[in-house]
Amino acid sequence: MIENITEHTNLSTTLNQPVLSVEHLYKSFGKNKVLVDFSVELYKAETVVVLGKSGSGKSVLIKCIIGLLAPDSGNITLLGKRINDIKEDELDKIRAKAGFLFQSNALYDSMTVKENLEFPLRRHWIKASQAEVNQMVEDALTDVGLQHTINMMPAELSGGMRKRIALARTLILKPEIILYDEPTTGLDPITAREIIELIKSIQVKYKTSSLVISHDMNCVKNASNRVVILIDGRCYANGTYAELLESQDPRIKQFFE
Amino acid sequence: MSLNSNLQRFLNETGDISRFTGRFFKQWFKPRYEIAEFFRQCFLIGYRSLPLVGLTAFILGLVLTMQLRPSMVDYGVESQIPAIVAIAIVREIGPVIIALIFAGKIGSSIGAELGSMKVTEQIDAMEVSGTNPFKYLVVTRVLAATFMLPVLVMLGDAISLYGSYLGVNIRSTTSFQLFWTQVFDILSFSDVMPAYFKSYFFGFAVGIIGCYKGYNSSKGTEGVGRSANSAVVVSSVMIFILDLLAVQLTDLLGFN
Repeated sequence: MIENITEHTNLSTTLNQPVLSVEHLYKSFGKNKVLVDFSVELYKAETVVVLGKSGSGKSVLIKCIIGLLAPDSGNITLLGKRINDIKEDELDKIRAKAGFLFQSNALYDSMTVKENLEFPLRRHWIKASQAEVNQMVEDALTDVGLQHTINMMPAELSGGMRKRIALARTLILKPEIILYDEPTTGLDPITAREIIELIKSIQVKYKTSSLVISHDMNCVKNASNRVVILIDGRCYANGTYAELLESQDPRIKQFFE
Repeated sequence: MSLNSNLQRFLNETGDISRFTGRFFKQWFKPRYEIAEFFRQCFLIGYRSLPLVGLTAFILGLVLTMQLRPSMVDYGVESQIPAIVAIAIVREIGPVIIALIFAGKIGSSIGAELGSMKVTEQIDAMEVSGTNPFKYLVVTRVLAATFMLPVLVMLGDAISLYGSYLGVNIRSTTSFQLFWTQVFDILSFSDVMPAYFKSYFFGFAVGIIGCYKGYNSSKGTEGVGRSANSAVVVSSVMIFILDLLAVQLTDLLGFN
């Protein structure tokens, strides 16, 4: 097994505390061991892509990180707080600073785009007047280039537009960290490229840290500062895209062929 | 073997529904209270069901009266039709039929809505957005169903009796005053209140089973369809079981 192909080259990140730290994470469903001693760290303004085959446990990992699934053992520290045994209201405070883009977008069908975007603001008790809320909604829609959809229903939007609106909903709270669950799955290559560009531009604009779960090599190549390969529930390899591309390990090479 | 596994599945499901109901009562009293969403659900579950309930109740009263008439004429008690229809509708047919219609409309819609929200990760998205999805989705819907069904039953009973008035007047002539005097003369507290109270339990059963089926929907569109379907089937059976228990209880308490 190859671990840590290279020491992380960005000196500034190694000097900082990680915004997300996953240590020795174990998660199984019955006899199916999904995550086995998995560890990963994410630093400020960095984009880490977790690469793995379908069913390798990538989505389970990201749901453990945001507290939707409870790990069997191991530590998850998100924005300086250990979330394993945290109280629900404290977890909600951390979640307000951590956005999550769902694979299926998870837009509320019964609400308009505006109501979808307002929902996290209202639920996290963000103190803002209606004018401020309207401005925040408009800003988030401007970021994803879909201002004209404000009064539309999710069912009226295309797959790519829904993904952008879901991203706008994630952005509205100005999160410090964004977790992306398969952001380009189910999209055509052109739209997928647009979403990748959007992820990159958001990272540059807001200096957010991003953990992207993907098996799309275009996404891995274009969005990542660092790539973690998840095989057999473990962190099999960790390095930049270029470094992993040069690897001769057959289990790593299979992703790049 | 098959009988055993069916029995095991039935017992497992009964246990799961009981736990789900326990969770509902635990969450109900805990803040934060989702008052706005509760009233929105009351509007959707109660007000939006009124046209269907009203129409079926009216036809029910009309048809019951017309079907009853020949036998009543044979026995020479035609004049007692308003009284008999009033007793039948208020005590039994009104609450049960309206609850079954309610189960068909609301139980299936709750089951399908929550099932589809579960499958498309909307429930997870709510949790990530700082919302307790159980309180926001389940508690509000169950409470709205519990409080709205008795109102619908009351209104449905009244509409049904208007249908009966029309039915009486198709073949004979009975004045509006005489009809309603006969209705109110025969009805007593012990007829109205047990029927009213059991409607709360019917509404609760429809709400909790619809939410349970939707909230625990399996992945995929087939799972959503199955949730909606079994929400209606199980809550309809529950309505009859609760009705049976209510009759026994009112009998024991001397309301009959």
